[in-house]
Amino acid sequence: MQKIGVFVCWCGSNIAGTVDVGRVVEAVRQEPGVAFAADYQYMCSDSGQNLIKSAVKEHGLTGIVVCSCSPRMHEATFKKTAAAAGLNPYMVEIANIREHCSWIHKNMEEATEKAIVLARAAIAKVLKDAPLTSGTTEVTKRALVIGGGIAGIQTALDIAEAGFAVDIVEKQPTIGGRMAQLDKTFPTLDCSACILTPKMVDAGANENIELFTYSEVESVKGFVGNFTVTIRKKARSVRADLCTGCGECTEKCPSRKTKNEFNMGMDTRGAIYIPYAQAVPKIAVIDREHCLHFKTGKCGLCERTCSAKAIDFAQEDELVTRNYGAIVMATGFQMIDPSGFGEFGYGKSKDVLTSLEFERLMNAAGPTGGHLVCPSDGRHPKHIVFIQCVGSRDTSGCGKPYCSKICCMYTAKHAILVRDKYPDVSVTVFYIDVRTPGKNFDEFYRRAVEEYGVQYVKGMVGKVTREGGRLKVQGSDLLNDRQLHLEADMVVLAAAIEPDPTARSVASMLTASIDTNGFMTEAHPKLRPVESPTAGVFLSGVCQGPKDIPETVAQASACAAKVIGLLCKQKLVNNACVASSDPLLCNGCSSCEKVCPYGAITYEERELNDKGVRRTARVAVVNEAVCQGCGACTVACPSGAMDLKGFTNQQIMAEVDAICR
Amino acid sequence: MPETTRETVLRISGTNTRKCMLCGKCSGSCPAYDAMDYRPHQFVAMVERGEIAPLLQSKSLYACMSCFACVERCPRGVQPASLIEALRAMVLREREHTRLPAQLIPELIDAGTPQQAVVSAFRKLSK
Amino acid sequence: MPLNTSAPAQTGEYRPLIVAFCCNWCSYAGADLAGSSRLTYPADVKIIRVPCSCRVNPLFVLKAFERGADGVILCGCHPGDCHYTTGNYYTRRRMTLLFSMLDYLGIERERTRVEWVSAAEGAKFSATMNDFARTIRALGENRKLRDLRCGN
Repeated sequence: MQKIGVFVCWCGSNIAGTVDVGRVVEAVRQEPGVAFAADYQYMCSDSGQNLIKSAVKEHGLTGIVVCSCSPRMHEATFKKTAAAAGLNPYMVEIANIREHCSWIHKNMEEATEKAIVLARAAIAKVLKDAPLTSGTTEVTKRALVIGGGIAGIQTALDIAEAGFAVDIVEKQPTIGGRMAQLDKTFPTLDCSACILTPKMVDAGANENIELFTYSEVESVKGFVGNFTVTIRKKARSVRADLCTGCGECTEKCPSRKTKNEFNMGMDTRGAIYIPYAQAVPKIAVIDREHCLHFKTGKCGLCERTCSAKAIDFAQEDELVTRNYGAIVMATGFQMIDPSGFGEFGYGKSKDVLTSLEFERLMNAAGPTGGHLVCPSDGRHPKHIVFIQCVGSRDTSGCGKPYCSKICCMYTAKHAILVRDKYPDVSVTVFYIDVRTPGKNFDEFYRRAVEEYGVQYVKGMVGKVTREGGRLKVQGSDLLNDRQLHLEADMVVLAAAIEPDPTARSVASMLTASIDTNGFMTEAHPKLRPVESPTAGVFLSGVCQGPKDIPETVAQASACAAKVIGLLCKQKLVNNACVASSDPLLCNGCSSCEKVCPYGAITYEERELNDKGVRRTARVAVVNEAVCQGCGACTVACPSGAMDLKGFTNQQIMAEVDAICR
Repeated sequence: MPETTRETVLRISGTNTRKCMLCGKCSGSCPAYDAMDYRPHQFVAMVERGEIAPLLQSKSLYACMSCFACVERCPRGVQPASLIEALRAMVLREREHTRLPAQLIPELIDAGTPQQAVVSAFRKLSK
Repeated sequence: MPLNTSAPAQTGEYRPLIVAFCCNWCSYAGADLAGSSRLTYPADVKIIRVPCSCRVNPLFVLKAFERGADGVILCGCHPGDCHYTTGNYYTRRRMTLLFSMLDYLGIERERTRVEWVSAAEGAKFSATMNDFARTIRALGENRKLRDLRCGN
């Protein structure tokens, strides 16, 4: 037999001014199950809480209803009060008679009646409350970072700094990511490699960090604090423990026709190669698709050359399975292929480049050794046209609807670099809007115009054609109300950036959601920007949305802080209001599994004792550590086996009943 | 009296001028740009502002070759050529009610009738 | 004509019974905001808190009508803003089906509604409830589906 105590708060005159609290107390005393009812001026105050505590003890109350302000305000307070009085905190219900009653109604009669109804509903619910206990789970003190660009490196370094073990999985043979390909960084023009490589070396040398390069995530199981991840270490055909990174083999390799990914395919590399001089780890790798030995069985020149005897043609992929407490997505971005925009002539003329290709062309370690020449015939350019927003802010279906955010700044950077190094080269930039929100960003853009004489043209290019070995650019100059026909030697397209395509498959393994553009979704767009809605999965860098290097590093460190916060916990306390399935009613239909946004429901073969009859059945099992308690499954369940603790079918039905009485 | 409001142009053309983000790619693409008094991007802006009368008088209506480069290349799906087409249709309707009896068409096709209008009308009908 | 909620309930005046299911994260908070902004709506509306609008089982709606409710409204987060990512999409689909069935059973479409109200939309919550209450008042008492054993 339940004994319910009802406590009606005046909230000074906030409630008592419109609701006749005395009448509410009188009315609820008549309700079945109510053993005690009282009113008090401020129930949330110490003395109000003491009133509750002493009533629990004195009257042996088994449940409490507090008629007061919104549960969003003081539910936690009264749960603590109940716990202090020895009650289970989930035996407390709040009737919201302030925000939902006294504050919006002016007529006392009406408001009092409504308050009584709301109190009745809360009593009906508390009568069906069951004591709940939150489960706890252990936390594996190791984090996994997927992606070894600047975002992944920064997150890993910060986590390692806090004393936790971190693994980085990178699909390329080296960490470093996109930032390693950049020449200079805006707005300070410091050399990208100079600031990145020390971090790469740190990550490689840190005893808490283990690098899995040339590796991919094969599968993910588990949940926050307890992920089990299998990593495929692809065969390098070179023994990492023996290779000294001397590079002898890469020079001897006779197969030289493979496009060099690091230089955006603008030059070639051998089949055995080290991506670039500062690679971490500096270990050669054989590209089996292009290696003569793997294609024909002959050659083997590298094996004969290697004095360290590191070449191992028989090496096989290796699967490593490890447990992690947290997983960080840092999968980064790529540039879209602008050949979908026929009007710009990308792919038709070698002198039409993407910005990333241009970046390599300017780089001292790039395909031309840093000499700015037209890729088609190696001549020195006289005029370069930059086109912004290629495929960004494009809803025609060919491009991306969002602003890629970094293009305005890197185009200004390119323009400055060109004008600085080659004052004889003129530069025109076609822009729709110049967006430079950031510290020293607008000053930087203005420097391009004022100090370096870069021509900024408000308008868009309509077409780029080849004419007599040069390029002809036709575009609008809106501010001067004219159409421009410019001769150019090079056209650089600030193509949109898009999430790396591997992010999609990794995200689905993690049951982490992605938006329509393929970017990872945050748990809250403002207040939880570095967490995924899936508990234990965190977001770092451009995989969450376009951002430049300083923002990426800031987010990477924020992400690390969240991971450290999680790994520091001895135990995770689960939400107590989770779904649970009655195995005897479950018919194994999988409806609940399909609607669960968190992948919290699995099916297991269970031996059941059904009223003395033993049978095995495939039944739904809810992982309480993963379930967030939305209740979607409870409605999907056709047999009524699934229910949500704290908001059971019976409880809500009882509330409906009490209101419609 | 046929209507010459912004709504009429939008209804006939089926475009949404508010999608325009003022990039000017239409005018950057237009091969007939120099023969126009009002340029493709101005058509979008002026229709949006409801300044229809000057456009009805514009010689751009007869300079536009209906090549649809502006429609093809617009990143936001605004269709400047469709606006021009709609305005041409309005000019025709102003001359002779809203519908042309078939037997009258040969008479009307004289030097003063924009060829593009005829072509566009066929294009519209054949859709 | 706006409802004058400050007028005393006169005897004999028809007062509908309206059940509102509000999700904890957006609409319940929106209702709280309506309260703290003192934006009135009729006392006929009684709110039941659910974790997510997708927690509302069609049976709850049927139960409400069976027990004499005159109108039922579900409020959830705006599409795309669900705290649980996709819950409100389920609500939208389920309730579309349920409401069309209820319509078939003779419960007018206007008696049932799904609305998206965010935690910042106190004004919208109040306006929605005023409008819904006005609609239900105009429709009058609901006698369909009512459990005869519960009646007098």
